[in-house]
Amino acid sequence: MKSDKNKVFVRKFKQEFQSITLGGGVIVALLVLWELASNLQWINPMFSSSPSRIVSSGWKVIADGSIFKHIQSSGLIFIYGYLLAAVVGIPFGILLGWFKKASQAFGPIIAAFYTTPRIAMMPLFIIWFGLGIGSKLALVFLSAVFPLIVNMQTAVSNLDKDLTRVAEAYGANRRQIFWTIALPESVPFLLTGLRLATGRALLGVVGAEVFGGAEGLGYLIQYAGATFQTDIVFVCVVIIAAFGIVMDRSLLALNRRFDVWRGND
Amino acid sequence: MAEAVVETNFQIATGSTPQFEIGHTNTEVFPKLSVNELVITFENLATGELTAAVDKVSIDIEPGEFVSIVGLSGCGKTSFLNAIAGLIKPNSGSIRVNGQPVSGPGHDRAVVFQKASLLPWRSVLNNIIYGLELRGVRKNEARKLAEKYIEMVHLKGFEHYYPHQLSGGMQQRVNLARALVCEPEILLLDEPFAALDAITREEMQNELLSLWEQTRKTVLMVTHQIDEAVLLSDRIIIFSARPAKIVEEVRVNLPRPRTPHLKDDAEFDYLAKKIWGQIHTAAGKKVNVEYEI
Repeated sequence: MKSDKNKVFVRKFKQEFQSITLGGGVIVALLVLWELASNLQWINPMFSSSPSRIVSSGWKVIADGSIFKHIQSSGLIFIYGYLLAAVVGIPFGILLGWFKKASQAFGPIIAAFYTTPRIAMMPLFIIWFGLGIGSKLALVFLSAVFPLIVNMQTAVSNLDKDLTRVAEAYGANRRQIFWTIALPESVPFLLTGLRLATGRALLGVVGAEVFGGAEGLGYLIQYAGATFQTDIVFVCVVIIAAFGIVMDRSLLALNRRFDVWRGND
Repeated sequence: MAEAVVETNFQIATGSTPQFEIGHTNTEVFPKLSVNELVITFENLATGELTAAVDKVSIDIEPGEFVSIVGLSGCGKTSFLNAIAGLIKPNSGSIRVNGQPVSGPGHDRAVVFQKASLLPWRSVLNNIIYGLELRGVRKNEARKLAEKYIEMVHLKGFEHYYPHQLSGGMQQRVNLARALVCEPEILLLDEPFAALDAITREEMQNELLSLWEQTRKTVLMVTHQIDEAVLLSDRIIIFSARPAKIVEEVRVNLPRPRTPHLKDDAEFDYLAKKIWGQIHTAAGKKVNVEYEI
């Protein structure tokens, strides 16, 4: 027996509608308040900007195309750094999780890196790799790689004992356990790692560009801030935030598909 | 057939095994499974403390025989089964299948675990053929082999379901089919229905009974369900509290083929009560029995 499909749909729609209107309502209310405060001169629009100024500035930099080279520059650093982190971090994490000696050997240095704020090393990267893309890539890579390493290591070193016992009972060797148990079991951890890495990589991109260079959203933020163009700062922040949210939600949606594996159906 | 086995005390039976080995080269005279003076001791890796789980247990199982081991929880019966499966190394004693000593898991044995432990990312069909895949059988071929057993455990139509979409009873059927499709010499059942609710458990017991009547596999089952043991077994071995020793061996001479109606039989009742009594005396003989879950 199933209850009326329409009823279920209406119930779901109501819930969804309520959550959107409440969540969106608060944002809209704050934006209106901000706009009013700025228009009525309660706050100085030069320092705090206003939603309408941000929209018009945003429109302007899009219309004259000046924002795109910054987006492209930041985007490329993000993509290269993120991919490099994935290509290095995923296999390395698996290696550490699978071989106890590898984790004993590299564990301490990874822990040291993991807890050091990577931005603190940016001056070194600039000395080593120059002011161009090299130093920025280094920072993005080092920001994004550790969540991936740590997540993959955790996944592969904490396999479900019931499953490995089944594999062993049916005569699986280490290699077969790796391919048939360890790898599939680590997929949800991989997605969690990728989500964390997204946030870290964005932080790395902006941090690297603020530090030095002549283009990119981070550079623009830094430049616009120094010249009191607060609306441009906000435009950049909105772009970065929007990109981060889209990435995060996509990975989260993908991750949900694996919930059933973990028994949180 | 199992019934043809001479009614002997197990000590005499195990004592005579070496003579078979010397006298004959024909493998048919060997018991299907022969366990001799098995000792299993666990070491607590942190404290170095030793705990004896199984103490010099010997069992012979004839081809086509269904043997159950019953005993209190934590008495070491699962360790005993795990040792036969090759999952833990015994400290001393020997395990032979068809007269050949075994060390480690092998294709001649298949285990049905208490928890279904299905791979959640594999469909029912792919879970069933997992054991075959591990030994290098091609997927297409393995799927063909599986068909017969899918039908046997009534999973037809569910081949492409995933474990989380199945009830506990159905998951356990997959678990059973996964073992059967390997066509092992000996089927090892480790409290296979203990995690199921009472109604599903009874259903599964009845199904295992009819399955066994069809296949006549050699089975060693560990359980603490006495009615389950009596219904299914040719022989029931009662383990003492830890460290496990054999207290008593009961031959179930109820006629085959059996049906679930056997449970209404007076003799069934008598046997079940007798085994209950023996488990209790076995526990009572020791002053400091630890009841563990």
